[in-house]
Amino acid sequence: MTNWLFHLRGAPLSARIGLALIVIYAILALFAPLIAPYGESEVAGAAYQPWIAPYYLGTDALGRDVMSRLIYGARNTVGLALITTCLAFLIGAALGLLAATVGGWVDTALSRLIDVLMAIPSLIFALLILTITGASATALVLVIAALDSTRVFRLSRAVAQGILTMDYIEVARMRGEGLGWIIRREILPNASAPLIAEFGLRFCFVFLFISALSFLGLGLQPPTADWGSMVRESARLISFANFATWQTATFGLAPLLPATAIAILTVAVNLVVDWVLHLSSGLKD
Amino acid sequence: MALKLSPIPKLVLKRLAIGVLTLIVVSAVIFWAVELLPGSIATEVLGQSATPETIAAFNAQFGLNDPPLWRYVTWLGNAVQGDFGQSLVTRRPITDLIGDRAFNTFFLAAYAALIAVPMSILLGLIAALYRGSLLDRWISSSTLAVISFPEFFVAYILILIFAVQLGWFPSLAGVTPAMSLGERLYVSFLPALTMVLIVTAHMMRMTRAAIVNLLALPYIEMAELKGMKRWWVIAIHALPNAVAPIVTVVALNLAYLIVGVVLVEVVFVYPGLGQLLVDSVAKRDMPVVQAACLIFAATYILLNLVADVIGILSNPRLLHPR
Amino acid sequence: MTKLLEIRDLWIEGRSGDDWHKIVKGVNLDLARGEVLGLIGESGAGKSTLGLTAMGHVRPGCRIAGGSIRFDGQELVGASAQVLRHLRGRRIAYVAQSSAAAFNPAWRLIRQHCEAPVRHGVMPRAQAEAEAVRLYAEMRLPDPDQIGFRFPHQVSGGQLQRAMTAMAMACKPDLIIFDEPTTALDVTTQIEVLAAIRDIVRNHGAAAIYITHDLAVVAQMADRVKVLLKGEEVEDAPVREMLAHPREAYTRSLWAVREFQPAPRGPAPAGPPLLQIDAVDASYGTQKVLDNVSLAVPRGRTVAVVGESGSGKSTTARVVMGLLSPTTGKVTFDGAVLPTTVGGRPRKLLQRMQMIHQMADTALNPRQRIREVLGRPLEFYLGLKGRAKEARIRELLTEIELDPDRFIERLPGELSGGQKQRVCIARALAAEPELIICDEVTSALDQLVAEGILRLLDRIQRERGISYLFITHDLATVRAIADHVVVMQHGRVVEQGDKARIFSPQHEAYTDLLLSSVPEMDPDWLTQVLEQRRAAG
Repeated sequence: MTNWLFHLRGAPLSARIGLALIVIYAILALFAPLIAPYGESEVAGAAYQPWIAPYYLGTDALGRDVMSRLIYGARNTVGLALITTCLAFLIGAALGLLAATVGGWVDTALSRLIDVLMAIPSLIFALLILTITGASATALVLVIAALDSTRVFRLSRAVAQGILTMDYIEVARMRGEGLGWIIRREILPNASAPLIAEFGLRFCFVFLFISALSFLGLGLQPPTADWGSMVRESARLISFANFATWQTATFGLAPLLPATAIAILTVAVNLVVDWVLHLSSGLKD
Repeated sequence: MALKLSPIPKLVLKRLAIGVLTLIVVSAVIFWAVELLPGSIATEVLGQSATPETIAAFNAQFGLNDPPLWRYVTWLGNAVQGDFGQSLVTRRPITDLIGDRAFNTFFLAAYAALIAVPMSILLGLIAALYRGSLLDRWISSSTLAVISFPEFFVAYILILIFAVQLGWFPSLAGVTPAMSLGERLYVSFLPALTMVLIVTAHMMRMTRAAIVNLLALPYIEMAELKGMKRWWVIAIHALPNAVAPIVTVVALNLAYLIVGVVLVEVVFVYPGLGQLLVDSVAKRDMPVVQAACLIFAATYILLNLVADVIGILSNPRLLHPR
Repeated sequence: MTKLLEIRDLWIEGRSGDDWHKIVKGVNLDLARGEVLGLIGESGAGKSTLGLTAMGHVRPGCRIAGGSIRFDGQELVGASAQVLRHLRGRRIAYVAQSSAAAFNPAWRLIRQHCEAPVRHGVMPRAQAEAEAVRLYAEMRLPDPDQIGFRFPHQVSGGQLQRAMTAMAMACKPDLIIFDEPTTALDVTTQIEVLAAIRDIVRNHGAAAIYITHDLAVVAQMADRVKVLLKGEEVEDAPVREMLAHPREAYTRSLWAVREFQPAPRGPAPAGPPLLQIDAVDASYGTQKVLDNVSLAVPRGRTVAVVGESGSGKSTTARVVMGLLSPTTGKVTFDGAVLPTTVGGRPRKLLQRMQMIHQMADTALNPRQRIREVLGRPLEFYLGLKGRAKEARIRELLTEIELDPDRFIERLPGELSGGQKQRVCIARALAAEPELIICDEVTSALDQLVAEGILRLLDRIQRERGISYLFITHDLATVRAIADHVVVMQHGRVVEQGDKARIFSPQHEAYTDLLLSSVPEMDPDWLTQVLEQRRAAG
C-alpha cells in the first residue's frame, strides 16, 4: 500500500485528475442522502423548472430535483456497476487462474465453454436473457457479471500462463507446494498489476453497459434514479435546446447532464488505468 | 526438399468447422434459453386470464406441443431457409418484419464501415509512425475520450450540434424503402457519424498498437540499416506483415458495429433490426427476439471467422511450409 | 593505412523514464581499411550501442550526447538522413545477432539480398542475383543456386546467419558491423559460421567491427581488440599482445572460468551411487526426446552432462526431478526407485534433491523478499519457525557470502545477476539436500561472476558432501568442475566416463567434433582445427 502511495507522488497530472474525480464520485455515492437537497423520487416542485436555486439543475417532467437524482444516481448506477464488476472478477479470475494452473482437461473444457459464450455478442446475449428473466437489479447484476467474467477469464488465464512459464513456479512445484499456495503466493502477487488495470477497464465497460441497458429501458426500473434511465426519460428535450435564453438552453441540455456524468467517470477511470498500466510495464524492466 | 502439401486448406477447413459448430451451439443456446422461462409461453403471452382452451389453441397454433428437440430442429431448419416463424404479438410472419429492417441495419453498418475503416487505418498508421509527437498524443487522448463516452452521449452531442443548432441533418433517421440512395445517405448521416466516431476511436488505437509492435521488430531496423527510405520500409517491409493484425482489428470492430448499432438505432429512431430487437424484448415477443439474436450472433461469428481465415492466409510460415 | 572510421570522445545516453543515463562514456575508436576490430565486454558494456553508431544509427530511446564519428572523412553525428541512407547497406553493412528475427518473414532470401544493391543503384537485379548465388557459395551454403528462393523460416539458424553475412557483402561494403553473429548458435555450427565469416571478410578486404562477449571467438576473428566495461574503454591492443600480456586485471578476468581450478579432493567414495538412471526413454507428445539414457551420480561428486541444444540434457534433469515421466526405464535414488511424478513423492524425498535453474531472474518470484524465499523451504521441509527460522536464514546468507543485514529484506529486483544465483543456491541448500541438479547455472552470467559461483559450489561440495548433476553446454565449465562427464546428442548418451578420459584424445566421433569446436584463446586455433579436419577428410 505504501508502495502505491509512493508511486502516487510521481503520478502524471492526468492520473491525479482521474483519481480526484473518482474520489468525488465516491463521496457523492457514499453520502448521497446527506448531500442531496431532495429525496431520490421526491416531487420537489413544478415540472421542468430552470437551473435556478433551489433547483440548481432544474426539475424533471415529474417535478423531481435533477441534482438530487444525479447524486442518487451515482449511488445506484456506480454501486451496481461496482458489485457486478467485483462478481465478474471473482468468477472470472478464480476460474482463469485455476484453468491455467491445473491445465489438462479442466482448462480445455472451461476454455471451450468461454469461447462459445464469447461468440455471442454480449449486448445481444444480455437482451435475450433479460427478456426471459425480466428486468430486475438482481438479474442485471448476475447476467452482466456472467457475461463479463468471460473476458476476465481470458485475461487472467493468459496472465497466469505467462507467469506459469517462470522457473519459480517450477521451483515451487518441485518443492511439493499445493495448488492453493501456487495460486495465492506465487501467481496472484505477480498478476495483480494487469488485473487491477483490467478491473478498471471492465468497470468502465460494465458501467457503460448498465447505462446502455437502462437507456433502452431494460436496466434499472423507475423510480430508482439511474443515469441511463434519466437520459432516456429526458431524451426528447434535446430537440428543444435553444441557446437564446438561460431557461431554454438548460431545458434542452437535460439529457446531457446524466450522459456527461457517465462520460466523466469513465474518462477518469481510463486515465487512472492508463497510468497503472504504464507503471506495471515500467516495473517489469 | 520433399514437397509437402500446404497445411493451409487443412487449417482453413478446421477453422470453418469450428465456426459452424459454434453457430450451432449458439443457436441452441438462443433456442433453449427461452425454454428456461418459468411457466409456459402461452400464459406469458395470454396473461393470467387465459382459459385452458385458449392456451391449448395457442399451443397448437405455434406448435408448442411438439417435443423441444424436434421444435429446435424445425426452428433451425426453417431459420436457415429464411423462415423464422410467427410473431407472438402481431401474429405476422417474422420474415416480413425483419426483411427491410435487416437491410437497413446492414446498410447503416456498411455506411459507417466505409468511412471508419480507411480513416482509422490511416490515422493509426500516422500515429504509429509519428509516435510520441504532438499529433500522436492529441489523437491518442481524443480517442481515449471518445471510447469512454457512452454511445448515446456521442449521439446526443451530434444531434445538438448538427440537427438542433445548425439544422444541417435531421435528428430522426426515419428511412423508408421508397427513398433514393442519396436521401438514405443524407437521412442516416448522423447515426452513421456516431458509429464512425466510436468505432474509429477503437480501431485506430488497435491499429496503432499493432503497427508499433511491428515497427519494433528487428527486420524493420535491418531494413533501415540497409539504407532503405522510410516510406519503403513501411510500405514494403511493415505493411504486408501487418495484414493479419489489421484484419483482426477491422473484423473485431465491424462485429462491434453490427452489435453497437442497437443503441444508435434507438437514439435516432432508425427502423433497423436493433430497434426491433429492443421493442420485442420489451414486449417479450420471444420468436422475434430469437430471430434477431440469431442474425446478430451469426454475423458476429462470421466476421470473426473471416478475420481468422485471412490471418491464416497471410502467414508466410503457413503459405510456404518447410 | 588510411583511417576508415574515427570515433572521438563519443557519449551516448539512454532514456529510462524521464531520466537520461550514460551508456557510452567518451570512447575513442580508430579503424583502418581492411582491419578487423573486436569489441568485447560483458552484458551492458555498451558494445552493441557503440557498434551501431558506426552506421550513424542509435536505437529508439537513445541519443548521441557528444563527440564525433567520421567515416571515410565524413561526419556522421548530425548528418542528414539522406547522407546516412546513402552509406548504409552500400558502404557500411550490418549483421545482426538473431538472423531469424532480422530477416523479413514474408520475403524470399534472395529478394532481401538484392534489396540494397538494386535500391542503391549499385547493380541491376539480374547481376545482383548472380552475385548473391556466388556469395552463397562463398559462404559455403548448401545448394547456393536454390537456397535464395527459400523463405527465412525454411532455413536452419546457422545457414540463415551465413545468408545474412552474404547479404551484408552484397554491395561490397568498406565496413561491416557484426553484432554477436554466432552467440545464438551451437558450438559445432558456430565454428563453420566463424570460418566462413573470417574468410569472406579477408577475401574482400573489408574492415569489420566484431562485437562479442566471448574472448576466444574474438581471438580468431580480430586483428585488434578493444575491451569495454560499463561504457568505458578498459584496454585496446593487438589480439596476441592482449592475450599474452593483458595490462588490466579486468581483461584477465574475461577468461576467469577457464583458469578456475577446484581444490584437490580425496579418493572417490566407495559404495553404490546416490542417483542411478537406467535405460530411460521419454517423449514430449509423440516426439521422443530421450532414448535409452543411463548414467550414475556417485555421492559427493560432480557429474557433468554436456550437449548442444536439443540433446536432451535438460530433459534428463526434468525426468529426475519428476516433472516429466519416463516412458520406460527407471530412476533410482539411494537404492530406492523414484516415483515418476512430483505428486507421487513424499516431502522427505523431495527434500533430498534440489534444483538450481539457469535463469536466476525467472527462478525467483519478484514479489517475494529474500527472507520469504529462503524461509519457505526451511518451514516446509524442516518445520522451522520464528527465531530459529530467522537464524537459519541468516546462516544461509552468510554461507553464500551475502551480508544478512543488507540482503534479508531485499526483493530479487534489487540484486545483481550473480547475487540472485547465490540466493537460488541458498534456497537449494536450505532443504539440506544430498543431490543438487545445476541446470546451466553459470551460462547467463559474466565470466568473473560465473567463476565466483563455481568457487562457491565447489566449497559447498567439499563442506557438505553434496552430489551435483551439472548440466551445461560450456566445456570450459565442465573442465573446471566435473569429475565425470556424460556427452549427449539427439537424446542419447554418446559417451561417458572420467573427465580425464573424456578430455583425452580418441573417442567417439561426436565427442571429438564437440570438443574440437569449442573456441580456444589461441588466435591460431581456428586455422589449426580447420586444417586438422581437412587433413582427416
